[in-house]
Amino acid sequence: MVEMKDILRFTTAGSVDDGKSTLIGRLLYDSGQIPQDQVDLVRNISIRKGLNEIDLSLFTDGLKDERAQGITIDVAYRYFATEKRKFIIADTPGHLQYTRNMVTGASTANAAIILIDARKGVVEQTRRHSFIASLLQIRHLIVCINKMDLVDYDEKRFHQIVADFQDFSAKLAIVDVQFIPVSALNGDHVVHRSNQMPWYQGATLLYTLEHLSVASEINQIDFRFPVQHPIRVDQGSVQDYRAYAGKIESGIVRVGDEIQVLPGKHVSKVKSIFGMGGKVLEAFAPQSISIELTEDLDVSRGCMLVKSNNQPEELRQITAMLCWMSPQVFIPGRKYILRQTTNEVKALIKSILYVYDMENLKRDESNAALTCNDIARVELQLASPIFADSYRNNKATGSFILIDEQSNQTLAVGMIS
Amino acid sequence: MSYRLNYLEELEAEAVFVLREAFAQFQNPCILFSGGKDSIVVTHLAAKAFAPAQIPFTLLHIDTGHNFPETLQFRDEFAERMNARLVLGLVEDSIKRQTAMEESGPNANRNRVQSITLLESMESFGFDAAIGGGRRDEEKARAKERFFSHRDAFGQWDPKNQGPEIWHLFNGRKNEGEQYRVFPISNWTELDVWEYIEKEKIDLPSLYFSHNRACVKRKDSILAQSSFLVPHDADELCDLHVRFRTIGDMTISGAMRSNASTVKEIIQELKEMNQSERGNRADDFRSETSMEDRKKEGYF
Repeated sequence: MVEMKDILRFTTAGSVDDGKSTLIGRLLYDSGQIPQDQVDLVRNISIRKGLNEIDLSLFTDGLKDERAQGITIDVAYRYFATEKRKFIIADTPGHLQYTRNMVTGASTANAAIILIDARKGVVEQTRRHSFIASLLQIRHLIVCINKMDLVDYDEKRFHQIVADFQDFSAKLAIVDVQFIPVSALNGDHVVHRSNQMPWYQGATLLYTLEHLSVASEINQIDFRFPVQHPIRVDQGSVQDYRAYAGKIESGIVRVGDEIQVLPGKHVSKVKSIFGMGGKVLEAFAPQSISIELTEDLDVSRGCMLVKSNNQPEELRQITAMLCWMSPQVFIPGRKYILRQTTNEVKALIKSILYVYDMENLKRDESNAALTCNDIARVELQLASPIFADSYRNNKATGSFILIDEQSNQTLAVGMIS
Repeated sequence: MSYRLNYLEELEAEAVFVLREAFAQFQNPCILFSGGKDSIVVTHLAAKAFAPAQIPFTLLHIDTGHNFPETLQFRDEFAERMNARLVLGLVEDSIKRQTAMEESGPNANRNRVQSITLLESMESFGFDAAIGGGRRDEEKARAKERFFSHRDAFGQWDPKNQGPEIWHLFNGRKNEGEQYRVFPISNWTELDVWEYIEKEKIDLPSLYFSHNRACVKRKDSILAQSSFLVPHDADELCDLHVRFRTIGDMTISGAMRSNASTVKEIIQELKEMNQSERGNRADDFRSETSMEDRKKEGYF
């Protein structure tokens, strides 16, 4: 019984009042994913709030403070499944000071849903969210033009917004953009087709999510295997076992392949591969496996196994896009810990090339400060070299976090250019 | 050969990665083992992650003293079979020390004081991280959990001040006295867990499967009859064909009427059912945010 049902991870973004929580609530409710006891609970709260109808947004707004303020303040993960696919939703906050949460939600997403209020059209927030989706290299963007019921389901209004969006998104690095006119409140084109918009011949939101192609997104060419830790056994029936545990971040590996161990650059061959079901002859991303080598080398956490004929770059200086994630501000000259894959090195931010003004997405080259939610292009000097690819080519080996040595907080996240 | 993983394989690969990160980043992590299906699955995944070596984590059972005898028997046999070290943290001991107080009143239970025993046990055994079977789909406060979830020196969770967790770069660094909770199966749903149990042929306590039991009907809940249960006037005693969907303290784990006696039948039942997993947990019913409140105090 091997089901080939796969997983689509998507993130949702929109301004505070665009109806994002209502849209997700509608998606879950109409696809029959919400258990009756939760429906009853939310109905009771809705009545207590004096509402005539069930408030769908309550299905996703979880924490106490959010309920009180009526806004989402942290990434919340939701799960649902249809016959076709399983879905993991990273529901992220929409307003400016929580840019960092949107970056977090977008980091593991295959697709992003951007919400636009049909009455307001494309606003600054729409540009910001699309920009972040592009920065994080999300391949698919689904633009839901919501509250169509409030503009009389007007076709012209829909096309006007599509044109406005395309005007600015032409500059972004997004492969695939689709537009869907919806009313989350009434359920038009979310799960069910609507009779209100006969002029729209495209798919519903759920159908679109079920049919996006994600298989091609995994890099199956460049083998990269960051070592999490060695596994050694030498007792009982298992003698002299020494393997390296890790997750294949990209590519394929086979028994007999010539391997180079970074940073030492020692060469060896794959002796055996242990998958989750036992010994295998080959393995591929994103499997968790252990690899035994023919030579007895000094391999520890932070090392990376690659193929001799396909190697990442050895970098001691990197240029990267950085998103500052912490209230603790950037201090020039302060050394941070840079964590890339399972490896850590000390790092110094040498220069800030520019900081994006998130109001208009213009580059501000005079800005030398970094505070929470800033996105900037920076140069970093590393205490010892790392082995990396550009984020564009390989998300796993092209991404890093900066940790403060004293507070232990994750301060910033970066993507290598 | 197709170079693709189905959803269970992808979730398994992710969980194993998280377990290996926990081993690499913490000094002395334990697995919170309740004898319930989620902690059994986490322990099973740990065995796979480190094979052919032994599971490098101690199993810690926070024992309210109000257990199903079936759970305890399973727990001991399971630990022996997995060749894992098992230690206990007894709520009874916390009550004797007077660091915890027994609840009083008609709905008294030891669910809340478990948090105190957990923190005391972690300190006395020197654990700096506790790996649990918590899943984000269980409850709305859990939907916001990180894989590596920080706890301050008092074991408290601060949901408004969680550090960013991005890609799969987990930061487990901490100050003296602080701890982490680690949730390898965060992204699994209840159905995923059962489908994985079916695929891997994992043994479970008999309580999960339909059996005859002396029960107490109380309002909309069915509870197991036991000496731990404080009787109510309106209680109705009856023999029923039931199974348990979650297994915890006997006084709060609600039973459900069911004829499902195999994992396959349970999966079928879940697909047809329209009630959430914790819908029967008396502890979650105290208020709409009771889970969040308990988590802030140090609950798993």
